[in-house]
Amino acid sequence: MDIEWYIVLSALLFTVGFIGVLVRRNPVVVLLCLELMLSAGALSLLAFSRMLGNQDGQVFVLIVLVVAACEVVVGLGLVVAMYRRRLPLDVDEMKELKG
Amino acid sequence: MEEVAFFIGAIGALGAAAAVVALKNPFYSVLALVIHLVFLAGIFLLLMAQFLAASLIVVYAGAVMVLYVFVAAYVGGIEEPKWDASPELRVIGPIMAVALFVAISIAVLGSGLAALGTPGPDDIPAGFGTPEAIGHLMMEDFLIAFEAASLLLLVAAVAAIVLAGRRRGDKGSGTEQRKVLVKADEQANAQVAGNGEGA
Repeated sequence: MDIEWYIVLSALLFTVGFIGVLVRRNPVVVLLCLELMLSAGALSLLAFSRMLGNQDGQVFVLIVLVVAACEVVVGLGLVVAMYRRRLPLDVDEMKELKG
Repeated sequence: MEEVAFFIGAIGALGAAAAVVALKNPFYSVLALVIHLVFLAGIFLLLMAQFLAASLIVVYAGAVMVLYVFVAAYVGGIEEPKWDASPELRVIGPIMAVALFVAISIAVLGSGLAALGTPGPDDIPAGFGTPEAIGHLMMEDFLIAFEAASLLLLVAAVAAIVLAGRRRGDKGSGTEQRKVLVKADEQANAQVAGNGEGA
């Protein structure tokens, strides 16, 4: 199986996640779509790691997983805080910081 | 054989990813992401990343998704925003996505990497992608990154407690309760003021 197939799959998954981040308005689903984009990035890192026969890329993917877990924890903490304050759970409504 | 496994994994992962974006209920989106991650772990196995496939299942499909399920169950069903995006995004979103895909494709094709058209070298070191090899790398070559990741996890845990933790005097979660508290505060203040005048 050629490496470029994995890269194409990774690009498609990244694009699907990107559409989700743009189109969906529920912050939980936006975070899920960010996960999709991160895992697509991890897939391309692994493909290049296999292409070069070098395992450093796999350690990079492990660090990406850790960073994604941190992002999820903080993002879901924000969602829970928004819910507690009875703010609308809609990213289009959260525009108080708009310049 | 490898091709069959790849295409099953790719179709499953893409279909589940599309379901994450398209399903209306966030709870179902989370479950679709779990399916996506299972298929993705299969593709990781094809790339000889056994340890990462296992950790993807355990950490991601296991732990992180449980967090999502809890939050979706805690928050969900209350105010589900309509799926339809704002009209301008409805047009711009797909255009941007196609542009992004084209940009990635140009970047990959323009890189001129000859090895892209090959399945990778055959003479990879023994134990490629096994927990032993990754562990050696993490503890020897990438120790600083490993320690930084652990520090990052600690900071994120503290941040989650600070963000989502219950404030003192914030029992329950309703505005009503907060209004009652504010009213009680005002009454107490008025009383104090009245006492001051009386004295």
